Amino acid sequence: MLEVKNLHKVYDGHGRRVTAVGDLTFTVPEGQFACVVGPSGCGKTTLLRVLAGLLPATSGEVTVRGTPVTAPPPDLAVVFQEYGRSLFPWLRVRANVELPLKAQGMGRAQRRELASEALEAVGLSDVDNAYPWQLSGGMQQRVAIARAIAYQPKVLLMDEPFAAVDAQTRADLEDLVRSVWQRLGVTLLFVTHDIDEAVYLGQRVIVLSASPTTVAEDLAIDLPAERDQLATRSDPRFTELRGQVYARIQQVKRAPAAEGASA
Amino acid sequence: MVAVAARTSRVTGRRFRSVTLGVLGLLGFALVLEVAPRVGIVPIDFAPPTSQILVTLGEQLGQPSFWTALLRTLLTWANGLLIAVVAGTVVGVLLGSLPVLRAATATTVEFLRPIPSVALIPLVIVLYGPTVRSTLVLVVYAAFWQMLIQVVHGVVDVDPVARDTARSFRLGPWGTVRYVIWPSALPYVMTGLRLAAAVALILTITGELVIGSPGLGKEIDNAQQSNAVRIVYALIVVTGILGVLINVLIRQVERRVLAWHPATRAETVEGVGVR
Amino acid sequence: MRFLRRVLLALGLPVVLVAAWWFGSAGSQDFYWPSLSTIVDAFGRTWTWEMFQEQVFPSLWRLLAGYLIAVVVGVALGVLIGTYGSVRALLEPVLEFLRAFPPPVLVPAAILLSGIGDRTKILVIVFGCVWPVLLNTIEGVRGRDEVLSDTCRTYRVTGLLRLRHLVLRAASPQIVTGARQALPLAIILMVISEIMAANEGLGFTVLQFQRGFQIPEMWSGVLLLGLIGIVLSLLFRVAERSLLGWYHGQRAGQREF
Ligand SMILES: Nc1ncnc2c1ncn2[C@@H]1O[C@H](COP(=O)(O)OP(=O)(O)O)[C@@H](O)[C@H]1O
Ligand SMILES: [Mg+2]
Repeated sequence: MLEVKNLHKVYDGHGRRVTAVGDLTFTVPEGQFACVVGPSGCGKTTLLRVLAGLLPATSGEVTVRGTPVTAPPPDLAVVFQEYGRSLFPWLRVRANVELPLKAQGMGRAQRRELASEALEAVGLSDVDNAYPWQLSGGMQQRVAIARAIAYQPKVLLMDEPFAAVDAQTRADLEDLVRSVWQRLGVTLLFVTHDIDEAVYLGQRVIVLSASPTTVAEDLAIDLPAERDQLATRSDPRFTELRGQVYARIQQVKRAPAAEGASA
Repeated sequence: MVAVAARTSRVTGRRFRSVTLGVLGLLGFALVLEVAPRVGIVPIDFAPPTSQILVTLGEQLGQPSFWTALLRTLLTWANGLLIAVVAGTVVGVLLGSLPVLRAATATTVEFLRPIPSVALIPLVIVLYGPTVRSTLVLVVYAAFWQMLIQVVHGVVDVDPVARDTARSFRLGPWGTVRYVIWPSALPYVMTGLRLAAAVALILTITGELVIGSPGLGKEIDNAQQSNAVRIVYALIVVTGILGVLINVLIRQVERRVLAWHPATRAETVEGVGVR
Repeated sequence: MRFLRRVLLALGLPVVLVAAWWFGSAGSQDFYWPSLSTIVDAFGRTWTWEMFQEQVFPSLWRLLAGYLIAVVVGVALGVLIGTYGSVRALLEPVLEFLRAFPPPVLVPAAILLSGIGDRTKILVIVFGCVWPVLLNTIEGVRGRDEVLSDTCRTYRVTGLLRLRHLVLRAASPQIVTGARQALPLAIILMVISEIMAANEGLGFTVLQFQRGFQIPEMWSGVLLLGLIGIVLSLLFRVAERSLLGWYHGQRAGQREF
């Protein structure tokens, strides 16, 4: 379970003060797939970094599975927005996936098994011996996901993971993330700036306003659990939900400051 | 306005802190070197305390022979560097712009470059004796390669589009070098200059120490032979200050020359690495 | 055809140069410029296995010992200083000052302090070679990609594992740059420490030949020193290629785009 209560974050340094997050409050129950949408620069990455314990909040409280976050919590994995840079260029794909397991003191055999499984799940069994920079962007992204899967987290945070891949790969990866979530039963917070993607993927969409950031809309996605790129996207309910989110975001853009209290 | 003021003071505060720490570091360093011989951690006869070295340095500053030696060292350094820079640049531009020539000389360069310049010491002694000429050969040899390699890199690295543009405007070989190749190779040239300047100083002092050509190095050797320990250290300190001044000078030149350059080149594996 | 051309380009000039030296100097009567055949002859006579054992290997051992100690010390201190901002602020000016010394001036001071034994010579090499390694390591540690640091924090990769897989590897291109700059310094310092603290070693021997006007032997010594320089730089390149394969591969890939 993730709890964000009155989160407020100000960057202060190098002679510049930026309010990245105004006042955020929401809760994601155990095992939920929640998508966060918001215009770029509204503080989505900042929110994730605070949740991951990589960045202290200026004020407010963040708890992961009942424990206030002060350092990176255990059982939490992150797939970074800059996924290419998050892979160790001097380690081969398999070693990249295994490194976090090694850090846990896990034995070699178990490490190999978990890594193989994870690579299999993302369809990369055949490139485990390559270096990350020998792979395409989409493949690198899948390595980052495989590393998160092998880690067997209880909470998974993903930051605009598909912003830089082509449309076809993107569709494949979206379905991959859905199946991973269903299999592992993790609590998943998925950040994106793409409305379609948010509605297609999540059980719930949290719309953020532009800076100073607040929750502008919190929408349950009541689409059937089995999603399909063609069927789901042509579902009238999908179009309707998408329209709702879209309208809300347009509204937020027009009058960002006045939107604090809703949601 | 208050916020702005507070912000500026925070930034200057940080800089102030690091400058203070740096000065503290230097003072601490001098203090350690002062105290260590006095309490007997190192033998005081062979490692005089900082204060004594500084006093001796002061005495040296009053001696004409010191200034002559300093001047000679600087002259050897500057002449050697000048020859190496000019030769390295001319050859570098030639090799860089003519691929056939580059391919034909590549192995030769790769073989000659790692030959340590000190290998030439016995040779220049028998050929020229303990003269400035001997030292100059070492200096030029060592500094030349630094310059050459960087210039070749720089010329090869010229944007092919810029090259084609030059061709389509019929700039001619001289015009191409002057207006296209030279400006874009300049950052590399400056890196070469920086490396060459440091190496040239090292070899100047080496030549003076070992071959006995006139200059600070020879004075250090003389002082050591006659067991004038404090003078040895005072002169060593002078060479260190010389090194710092040369670094500062080259950095200034670099800044001035490259001020117009859109991307003052980031240091890469080829570069010096430290600002 | 193309292969032939490349071989010709690679070997053409060296062969021409050596041939020119060989035939140009043949039958030379100049005392200081003996013919190349005389030098090669002297090389075979002078650098026997016993000579290697007595004069060359001790020099090489000091060279390697000093160089390796310098690299280890430079990397260790560099990681420490690069990791802690205030330590860096405290030490940076001192390091800049120490780095600016032309390392050969250390030889007289070191002789004063610890005599003319192995220790002095190794000490001199360490003290001269440590700066490029140290300062480049600091830069490397500081310039590490933050995303990788965050990845390590998130996945709880800490301690020695982090040092080995993140800190050292991320700084390794700069460490190698520093080590490459230090290598010629090590050779210079080996030779001049042997010339100044004259009792044994390669530099000492070659200079003895010069003093005794054994000119062909002296030339053969110059040749040997050159060869050592070439071999060491080749070894360095092999080591670099295996250590930094990932780095060069990555950069080559980026250049394609
Ligand atoms: N390290 C930082 N220092 C200062 N400002 C930052 C930093 N990181 C992000 N910001 C600023 O905070 C705001 C939110 O950034 P971010 O969380 O990256 O947004 P998003 O991920 O939604 O695009 C932006 O205005 C950005 O410029
Ligand atoms: Mg972001």
